[in-house]
Amino acid sequence: MTEDIVFWVLAVLAVASGVMVFRFDSMARATYALLLSLLCVGGEVLLLGLDYLGVVIVLMMTIEMALMAVFMVMFMMNPAGLMPMSMLHNKKGAAVICTTVFAALATGILLARWPARRGRPPTDPTMSLGMSLMGPQMLTMVTLGMALFATIVSTVVLSTRRGRYDRFGDDLRTRPADDPVPGGGGR
Amino acid sequence: MSLDLLLLLAAALFSIGLFGALTQQSVVMLMMGLELMLGGVIVGAAAIWHFLTPDAADGQVLVVLAVTVMAVEMAVGFAVVTALFRTREVDTTDMAAELKR
Repeated sequence: MTEDIVFWVLAVLAVASGVMVFRFDSMARATYALLLSLLCVGGEVLLLGLDYLGVVIVLMMTIEMALMAVFMVMFMMNPAGLMPMSMLHNKKGAAVICTTVFAALATGILLARWPARRGRPPTDPTMSLGMSLMGPQMLTMVTLGMALFATIVSTVVLSTRRGRYDRFGDDLRTRPADDPVPGGGGR
Repeated sequence: MSLDLLLLLAAALFSIGLFGALTQQSVVMLMMGLELMLGGVIVGAAAIWHFLTPDAADGQVLVVLAVTVMAVEMAVGFAVVTALFRTREVDTTDMAAELKR
């Protein structure tokens, strides 16, 4: 009973705050609405018995939305939301597409014959996840690790102001490079 | 709480996120739509694990995958927005057709 009440409260909050993300004019409010929605997602995961993943989601989303708020202030057209303005395009077409997608998904969910539950939840799901990632799902873990490493490299390359063409000009064989702070021992 | 209800919640979050990703002009708001869509994927994967295959950890691995994709999407998305703004002073999807100097 308590579980059902918590589920409904979290579900309604997640959907309502998800909708409000795209209705608020203020960027700060939109960020906090998204944070609330994703915290409710973390709460639902906790409710399903996945303690470790639920806590990871809650912690990650809190930090992620803090960063998101900074970038919103930097890049948004109207960060404070003091002048109401529409930042939407093709609203009707998108509404039709999204309603169709939801209707199709809901129809599939309600009509599908879901198989019976196989097995029982382990006493320690976190241990089960760790054993899986270090065993049969090792390839997934390695791929995720490589993807995260590639992300670090690519974000640094994309974010840095100076690229190789700024250092060498059009002829990449030119030496020395035009560095603002020369490297090496002679610095 | 049942599998159907959790999957309907996941579908609702996915659809709302899709609406945001399709309609928003700002790249940062578009990324918020993608985050909501991935939130729906997380709820769906966790529900499938809990109600159908709790003995295998594959559903949990899918949640780990979705969480990682969220982190990667945000990091790369912000880096692309930074590069885009630096080179072309553009911060909306309508004005950003390609990344070129």
